[in-house]
Amino acid sequence: MKKSVLSAMVVVLLLGLSGYASFFIAPTDAKQGLIYRILFLHVASAWTGLTSFFICFIANLLYVLRRQPRWDWLGVSAGETGLVFTTVVLLTGPIWAHPVWGIWWTWDARLTSTFVLWLLYVSYLLLRTLVEEPDRRALLSALFGIFAFIDVPLVFGSIRWWRTQHPQPIIMGAPGAGLDPTMYKVLFFTWLAMLGLMTLLLRQRYRLEAMRGDLEIIQRELEAA
Amino acid sequence: MTSTVFSPTGIRFENIDKRYGGLYALRRVSLEISAGECVVFAGRNGSGKTTLLRIAARLARPSSGVVSFLNGGEDRGGMLPPAGFVAHATMVYDELTAEENLLLFARLQGIAEPAARAETLLREVGLAERRNSLVRTFSRGMRQRVAIARALLNEPAVVLLDEPTTGLDTEGASWFAQTLRQLRDSGRTILMSLHGESEVSTLATRALRLDAGAVVADTLTGANFRSILAFANA
Amino acid sequence: MALLSSTAVLLDKELRTEFRSRELLTTTTVFVLIVIVLFSFSFDPTSEESRRFGAGLLWLALLFAASLMLQPCFLREQSNDTLSALRLSVSDPFAIFLAKLVANTLFLLLTELLLLPVFAVLYNVSVLPMLHWLVLVFFLGSLGVSITGTALSAISAQARMRELLLPLLLLPLLTPILVASTEVTAALFDRSPYVQWKGVGFLAVFDLAFLTILWLLGEYLLEE
Repeated sequence: MKKSVLSAMVVVLLLGLSGYASFFIAPTDAKQGLIYRILFLHVASAWTGLTSFFICFIANLLYVLRRQPRWDWLGVSAGETGLVFTTVVLLTGPIWAHPVWGIWWTWDARLTSTFVLWLLYVSYLLLRTLVEEPDRRALLSALFGIFAFIDVPLVFGSIRWWRTQHPQPIIMGAPGAGLDPTMYKVLFFTWLAMLGLMTLLLRQRYRLEAMRGDLEIIQRELEAA
Repeated sequence: MTSTVFSPTGIRFENIDKRYGGLYALRRVSLEISAGECVVFAGRNGSGKTTLLRIAARLARPSSGVVSFLNGGEDRGGMLPPAGFVAHATMVYDELTAEENLLLFARLQGIAEPAARAETLLREVGLAERRNSLVRTFSRGMRQRVAIARALLNEPAVVLLDEPTTGLDTEGASWFAQTLRQLRDSGRTILMSLHGESEVSTLATRALRLDAGAVVADTLTGANFRSILAFANA
Repeated sequence: MALLSSTAVLLDKELRTEFRSRELLTTTTVFVLIVIVLFSFSFDPTSEESRRFGAGLLWLALLFAASLMLQPCFLREQSNDTLSALRLSVSDPFAIFLAKLVANTLFLLLTELLLLPVFAVLYNVSVLPMLHWLVLVFFLGSLGVSITGTALSAISAQARMRELLLPLLLLPLLTPILVASTEVTAALFDRSPYVQWKGVGFLAVFDLAFLTILWLLGEYLLEE
């Protein structure tokens, strides 16, 4: 209990610091002014979301090979956490795009592929709600998770190669093109803080899922008795 | 059905557990069935009869424990299951004819002369005349005949039957009893689950009762035999 | 060898059952026909406009049709538990998938073959000069759809709401196929048509990637 409170405090501190850094340490962008500062949250969330989905994929693989419930618990936790961060990406994108591009949404390569990614993992979680029996649910969703993750590079590749006739974003079009070294540092620091948050969420979600699993067994035993 | 291509095979279950999401369908089942026995499993719905048969057929994997097929006391190893399986579902295609079904599965199993084998079995189960009719048009009793013919394609030494008498009319039931007797007398090992009273239970040489995934009674003959089977009605 | 002979036997069964009833082929063809007609109301189908939108709408219609057609693929094997009979009979369960995906590819190609002339006439697009290349794209695209669709229909058949689930699982996964085949097809519909090799290669990579995963994971999809 104490350890989790302590780690939560560390994460909050890191997030606060990264917030401070993105507002006061990173220099103001010459062309876009203040609004560009959302980039730190936006890009760091995207990276964290992908990290989470990668963890989900590894957990899916381990479940299929080892059949231990904990890999299923980790899989669903990482899937949900990744979805949270990807949702942040999809929300902060339009907030930034509106003042800069004058539109809320554009079918830009990255936005679109992130949207498809988001849909893939929504399907993953949806599938889980539709299979009653725990072992089967774990196996089927793990298998779908593997298919989905293999699909991710193909989605990004296809959209990037063929769907980029649209106006290119200025800073995110080619990473690093217009990014000042301090901005880079702030970005990586924000990512670190977000990874801390991800770990925290993942741990809590995992414990919840473990308890839910135990509860499910007890319930089924009671029903059978 | 009376050919003796197979070698008599027993079956041994060692500490079989089967869990479905934490729930036990079978709990530490240990059993040894010798070659040539005709065993009836009785028990309520959900007592684990079907699960045990599906594990013996190698359709389901036990959560822990080992199933081995014994050939004169020796383990036959992990070869293709020597068991023929008749489930409650027919396991044949309604959209294919009786003959096409048998040919399909004979070819898949790599049987030497599939056409000849299908021909023999169709005659033995009394479907030679309806061989070219779609299974969809068959009565329950005729479907059962196709199902049994399919299970016997590869001359199995062990035959597993999951509630084979359910839904059969009197004619079908007496045909089945006769078939079962032939199978038993040919030296095959038979494992069969029964839900209700049936005339075929008199053909059994051993009766077992399952309750909540465990074997609670096991007898060869005598007064117990009747009482175990009577429970099947409860 | 055993894999190929089992696949051939199973493929024969798939084709035999389908051509006996022609259920899948007729429903799919009618469905795509309806979609193509309805699509014409969403824009003015002049030759110029059709060149821009035609490829996309054709592929979208085919994707929807495929998600409809693939749905009974494993569901049909459940009614009489024939899937268990197959699992007991084949030494390599990949044969079950291989036969089904080859059959599904064939069914999709047949649907496309019937629809391409209708599409060409209705939308004023000339398909004849580049027909052989179109066939290649349709083959690679349909193969990819069949591989993933066959695998996912094994999953959706085991869930609740199985009739609704397959499109939800399948369509997002097929995004790369939609994008790549649309681009390649559009290039072939162009006023000065050309073959976009990058897209053809991409489709081949997609097919190969998912075929490999299916080969590795297939047996788990059928587990009891």
